[in-house]
Amino acid sequence: MNVEAPDQRLSEKPGVERPAGAPKTEGTRRKGKREGAAWVFLSPWLLGAAVLTLTPMLASLYLSFTEYDLFTAPKWVGLDNYVHMFTQDPRYWRSAVNTLVYVLVAVPLQLAFALAAALALNSIGRGKGFYRSAFYAPSLLGASMSIALVWRALFNDGGTVDDLLSSIGVNMGGWVNQPGWALLVVALLTIWQFGAPMVIFLAGLQQVPGELYEAAEVDGAGRLRRFRSVTLPMLSPVLFFNLVLQTIQAFQVFTPAFTVSGGRGGPADSTLFYTLYLYDRGFTASHMGYAAAMAWVLLVVIGIVTALLFRSSRSWVFYNDKG
Amino acid sequence: MVAVRGSITGRGPDWGRIGLHVGCLAVLLVMLYPLVWLVATSFKPADEVISSLQLLPSRIELGNYATALEGVGGVSVLRLIGNSLIISVGAVLGNVLSCSLAAYAFARLRFTLRGPLFALMLATIMLPQHAILIPQYIVFNQLGLVNTFWPLVLPKFLATDAFFVFLTVQFMRGIPKELDEAATLDGCGPFRTFFRIILPLSRPALITTAIFTFIWTWNDFFLQLIYLFEPEKFTITLALRSFVDTSSQSAYGPMFAMSVIALLPIVLFFMAFQRFLVQGMASSGVKG
Repeated sequence: MNVEAPDQRLSEKPGVERPAGAPKTEGTRRKGKREGAAWVFLSPWLLGAAVLTLTPMLASLYLSFTEYDLFTAPKWVGLDNYVHMFTQDPRYWRSAVNTLVYVLVAVPLQLAFALAAALALNSIGRGKGFYRSAFYAPSLLGASMSIALVWRALFNDGGTVDDLLSSIGVNMGGWVNQPGWALLVVALLTIWQFGAPMVIFLAGLQQVPGELYEAAEVDGAGRLRRFRSVTLPMLSPVLFFNLVLQTIQAFQVFTPAFTVSGGRGGPADSTLFYTLYLYDRGFTASHMGYAAAMAWVLLVVIGIVTALLFRSSRSWVFYNDKG
Repeated sequence: MVAVRGSITGRGPDWGRIGLHVGCLAVLLVMLYPLVWLVATSFKPADEVISSLQLLPSRIELGNYATALEGVGGVSVLRLIGNSLIISVGAVLGNVLSCSLAAYAFARLRFTLRGPLFALMLATIMLPQHAILIPQYIVFNQLGLVNTFWPLVLPKFLATDAFFVFLTVQFMRGIPKELDEAATLDGCGPFRTFFRIILPLSRPALITTAIFTFIWTWNDFFLQLIYLFEPEKFTITLALRSFVDTSSQSAYGPMFAMSVIALLPIVLFFMAFQRFLVQGMASSGVKG
């Protein structure tokens, strides 16, 4: 996640680095023409960013100060939506807390599994390609409604997981219908999809220079010490990248919660996630202004969390910038 | 890099590596169980779906698939899949075209405001879709486009999936600059250079974009739920959901048969392209 403009550093990919002596400036003869061409190439994105991203963002901010049901004109209500949300809507807080708990459980566990799997596969030799594809498969299928339905059935009263637990004497009576456990079912579905960050960890591991391990070994570093002093620091940029992306995605989880809870966030609002409640307020109850206010709070929270992650990264992410 | 010594020196079996294989296989068994369960259940007769603890059906029941093929609310499965295909293929075309155009400008051309605009593009990757969802919905509603495929396809032609712009920029940065320079010397303008040289060389990035766009659009539920409400316009995902709502537990078998049908295109896509997929992802950091 580097936020500099392109060309300010060399490509990250090995083997395609520009030779040091290669000319970096283009002929200025065609500069004017190229400048015009650039805007032509950029025009779809510019139009999209202006019309479908920035304007809706501002419109959403405006709507958050209104009461709007799609049919009558928006009515300005000032901060009412926000005040109501924060002080008089226990379901709002429930959805916020649920989402936060889910993010805090699912993201670290998913990344831990991804890292462990990547480390294992990195030293497994034969069969690596097979394992990589197999571990990755849930990441592709898991976002679908089909798999969420399977999950609901497996963790339901009388489902396979329930039966398995009963056979060892733990009688749960199903997970998805118990307020204390339903959230965990959704989290497990996310953790199950550790293949996507795993592949990125694997790519990161391949970039770690072997000499570092040799040097550490010569210095008498044991396996654990090598992991702590070589692998983890070298992998920290990739870990950071995964952490930021997974966290942002986790805040927006919708389909599994919708499906596992039968669309209502039950039982007892235990899987009422933020986006599920936003959908409920906006598109079921037709409180578009309220939903817009919720969306803006989500935007701000994700912004703050991302900023905090970036700030914390200064102390633990190690960039091995050679160029 | 762990436990490689045994095999190199050739002294006895490499227990560390064998242990890793055993561990990986065990994890894999647990992980793939839900998928096996899904396929097995879709072939189970009704009385075995709930009551039986056996994973495999005692006899193969094809009736589930016959029921599933009838579709939902009088709309056949073929129609539902057709709708999903129209949306997914449209999204793929839109993303590949618009994202590669923008990426070329960011990666290879110089223009004022390039830095700030690039930062803006990166920032939109982090933007939750809900922050723009409601005004977008209102606009499409006013244009009379709700309950059509347009709201699901049109934004893709305007490079709104900034992630793929970023991915393609990363890839295009790796293409040697000398190629553009040679093309310029040969009299190619930016457009010829783009279509003749950069675009063909960017194929891995374009394929990655295409695969992920297809799979994400096919699997998407939220936007389809919001924008489509007539059964004739339903995608297979939406139909699956209304199937669940309208049928009782006795229709478990057909429901999972339909789930398998809904997943089939993704599995086929995955099998056909997984080589590109894993490569493209590893080089650019796309998530599934």
